[in-house]
Amino acid sequence: MPAELHSGLRDRLALGLDAPICLTWELTYACNLACIHCLSSSGRRDPRELSTDEAKAVIDELEAMAVFYVNIGGGEPMTRPDFFELVGYAVDHRVGVKFSTNGTRLDRAKAERLAAMDYVDVQISLDGATEETNDAVRGVGSYRSARRAMDHLAAADFGPFKISVVVTRHNVGQLDALAAMAGHYGAQLRLTRLRPSGRGADTWAELHPSFAQQRDLYEWLRDRPEVLTGDSFFHLSALGEPLEGLNLCGAGRVVCLIDPVGDVYACPFVLHDEFKAGNVRAPGGFSALWRHSELFASLREPTSAGACASCGSYDSCRGGCMAAKFFTGMPLDGPDPECALGHGDAELAELGGHGRPTPSADHSVRVPVRLVARA
Amino acid sequence: MGCAGSTDRVTADGPTLAPPSFDASRPWRLHPQVALRDEAFGALAYHYGNRRLVFLRSPALVELVRSLEHFDSAEAALAATVGERRRHGYREALARLAASEVLDAR
Repeated sequence: MPAELHSGLRDRLALGLDAPICLTWELTYACNLACIHCLSSSGRRDPRELSTDEAKAVIDELEAMAVFYVNIGGGEPMTRPDFFELVGYAVDHRVGVKFSTNGTRLDRAKAERLAAMDYVDVQISLDGATEETNDAVRGVGSYRSARRAMDHLAAADFGPFKISVVVTRHNVGQLDALAAMAGHYGAQLRLTRLRPSGRGADTWAELHPSFAQQRDLYEWLRDRPEVLTGDSFFHLSALGEPLEGLNLCGAGRVVCLIDPVGDVYACPFVLHDEFKAGNVRAPGGFSALWRHSELFASLREPTSAGACASCGSYDSCRGGCMAAKFFTGMPLDGPDPECALGHGDAELAELGGHGRPTPSADHSVRVPVRLVARA
Repeated sequence: MGCAGSTDRVTADGPTLAPPSFDASRPWRLHPQVALRDEAFGALAYHYGNRRLVFLRSPALVELVRSLEHFDSAEAALAATVGERRRHGYREALARLAASEVLDAR
């Protein structure tokens, strides 16, 4: 879609909608893995987690607001004993479900159960085409369990599930192999951007793709419109023709996040008090927060290009990703730390890791997690 | 779609690649797996089957789409709801919506 056809619509969406198009819902902070880039710092279940009935009440609200679907994640959502009950409740209420899982709990029986459901989409997380590359980030054994889950889905004839990859410095050279893997399963490859959120705040500097790799990634994606990205690489649109999608930060405008305890955040990648609108348990519930919170109202105001105003590419990338800026300590009205034109480099180097926000919450397992050394 | 671990497939009035063939003399309807949500700019259409999100960028197009099921052909719906000079553009918009399966031949 040529950019000029989108611009009017994009401007309208930037002012926000009465209801989100979709939202991310982290069902639990409990996770049996401890990925070193986990954006929600998951591990331990939070005792304040929404109950089954409270979660169903949220789904009722989403149905009333005509939210088309939810992206369920965590933590590992399949660790919730009521996982299938909630997924079933959502799809029965015309709220479609796409959920992300590490696959460890996805056995043959569950794959068949999922294959029998309409409106459910599965994303298996895998961060490398080889065991070595993946397990360095996601932990020992995680490659094998993810592949096993894919085998189960394929055997159950689930259809085109998604292989979801966070692009890093170490796996960006394996994209062709990952695309081939998706082809082998009849699956779709989905790439997302690494954010310096959660535990990723501490690993981003060594994991995020290099400048040259980003340029290669842009070309790779341009050649493969069938590869899904959730619009997460829109900062690369500054390199030329825009990538697929609206190239817009949707935080608080068309998307948001509900965390396991019911806190509502503007951006699925910023679980931090500064971007928290409130809690779904409060009177008025989710819809009141979406429609009336001061935080969301402020995110829907026209934004200033700030330090990016003099850059000819601002209209393409709109200054990039709020989460990436916030968690690296960069000003929100300036360039993205991974600005594809290099405008963020000097500032990032100058900060040298200073100015990063103090994490608001951490559900990491407190015992040291053994990781394999990266090659 | 705005970034957000969000919608992967989004188009305005359907894909623009490969000019679709569209038989306006046939009866059409909104696809039963598509939900329409009215918005100030027109409507959002979400297809639960192919998971595609499509923006309908004018209220008149939304009205036309909703009216399709009451007519024996898309052409008749166009004649009833869209002025002659604008009909060509709306016919093309319907073609794009059919290509992205927002519309379904009856």
